[in-house]
Amino acid sequence: MPYRLLKFALKKEHDEPRFFRALETPKKSYDAVIIGGGGHGLAAAYYLAKDHGITNVAVLERGYIGGGNTGRNTTIVRSNYLTPEGVNFYDASVKIYEGLSEELDLNLFYSTRGHFTLAHTESAMRTMRWRAEVNKHVGVESYVVGPDEIAKACPQLDLSCSGKAPILGALFHAPGSVARHDAVAWGYARGADRLGVEIFQNTEVTGIDVQGGKVAGVQTSRGYIATNRVLSAVAGFTPRVCKMVDVKTPIVIHPLQACVTEPMKPWLDTILVSGSLHVYVSQSSRGELVMGSSLDPYEVHSTRSSLDFVEGLTSHMLDMFPFLSNIKVVRQWAGMADMTPDFAPIMGKTPVDGFYLDAGWGTWGFKATPISGKTMAETIARDKAPELIHSFRLSRFEDYELTGEKGAASVGH
Amino acid sequence: MKLINCPINGVRPVSEFVFGGELREMPDPDQCSDADWATYVHHRNGAPGLKKEWWYHAPSGTWFIAERNTMTEEIVRTYLFGQEEEK
Repeated sequence: MPYRLLKFALKKEHDEPRFFRALETPKKSYDAVIIGGGGHGLAAAYYLAKDHGITNVAVLERGYIGGGNTGRNTTIVRSNYLTPEGVNFYDASVKIYEGLSEELDLNLFYSTRGHFTLAHTESAMRTMRWRAEVNKHVGVESYVVGPDEIAKACPQLDLSCSGKAPILGALFHAPGSVARHDAVAWGYARGADRLGVEIFQNTEVTGIDVQGGKVAGVQTSRGYIATNRVLSAVAGFTPRVCKMVDVKTPIVIHPLQACVTEPMKPWLDTILVSGSLHVYVSQSSRGELVMGSSLDPYEVHSTRSSLDFVEGLTSHMLDMFPFLSNIKVVRQWAGMADMTPDFAPIMGKTPVDGFYLDAGWGTWGFKATPISGKTMAETIARDKAPELIHSFRLSRFEDYELTGEKGAASVGH
Repeated sequence: MKLINCPINGVRPVSEFVFGGELREMPDPDQCSDADWATYVHHRNGAPGLKKEWWYHAPSGTWFIAERNTMTEEIVRTYLFGQEEEK
């Protein structure tokens, strides 16, 4: 046992520094209030302070930070999308992620693994070729590979998938990575706190005060806070928060479930996704297989888990990896995914002056954490959304200018 | 296993059913404004609560209405469209 740890255990006072201050009483007013202490909200707070010098900011979190979808995703970071708008946006996020451990001075376990999207049908191969061409055009390293290259990267994979869905090829995406998701939230929280941002956990927003079409303040479980700028970054709670200000969105909530196996020695280097078999899988740095599948088929506002999900997912995992039949699933959980009809987020200004939305993150939010924080901070600071997120604006629906990102959803949602 | 009471076929497992979204009133396309029509096409009442929803019993091809609490997943009652009062 290291001497330092032994000394720490024997001490009466434990002075290990906190990541951020444990604040209980908010001030009477702030320059901006961020609802939601997940990765997105905390990143927005961090960049508001760092890039724009706006430090009089409160982050209000209903539970504990990173306890929502930030801590419930399968931690994959990639940018191999289908539309140029999507590829550009997620590529900017990957680039920030690559240097983020250093910037936040915290090891995020960011691990570049390479990402294979397996194609089992000719039509899937066509989409892979399409995505590869769009990616190359924008300057992202993605290309189509054949079964031989897949076998070389993952010799344990049964290429015939038990004879049910033989693999014809894949879209290979070199920058595909995994990261420790809770560390991302904690790193941004610490960074924001050091710059003066105040974070309040166990603080629920119960109403938003709008006067003459402008935000005037928020009602919270810790009292009223006056502010002219409110960012909602609350994922599955978006419809409830939007109802407080009467802003209409197309968002509907479906649970998205995931699970992990018991830890194993490292054997799976890459990230594998199969649209046809509704599986995405990677091996964490602790050795667990982290697995996810498609959305639950109907609207539910809860994080309950179901046996249907693990049964379906594990049967498809066994088609791909028959040798896993003795491996146990040790945990399963769900998050509330805020789905949009075009599988792209909703970011930027709303019809209510001073109410900004960072939502519609469905099943694709974790990978966008840094860039959404950065672009939303700019939107709040300048009251104008940057060009990079123009095609994700809420008004695209009334303009009939949807983004059409469905072809790049990780599995067939 | 979750069960749903199909108005025609009785209680069946949820795996036999397909979710069809919330029952919504269509505005008259000749009368309403472009903004109202866009709202009808795209926007949804995403907030939780007791909702009237379309459900489909796939083996028998039956569309019907279920009143369901989207927070608790409790189905209060089911009936064929337009036969709400008879129940």
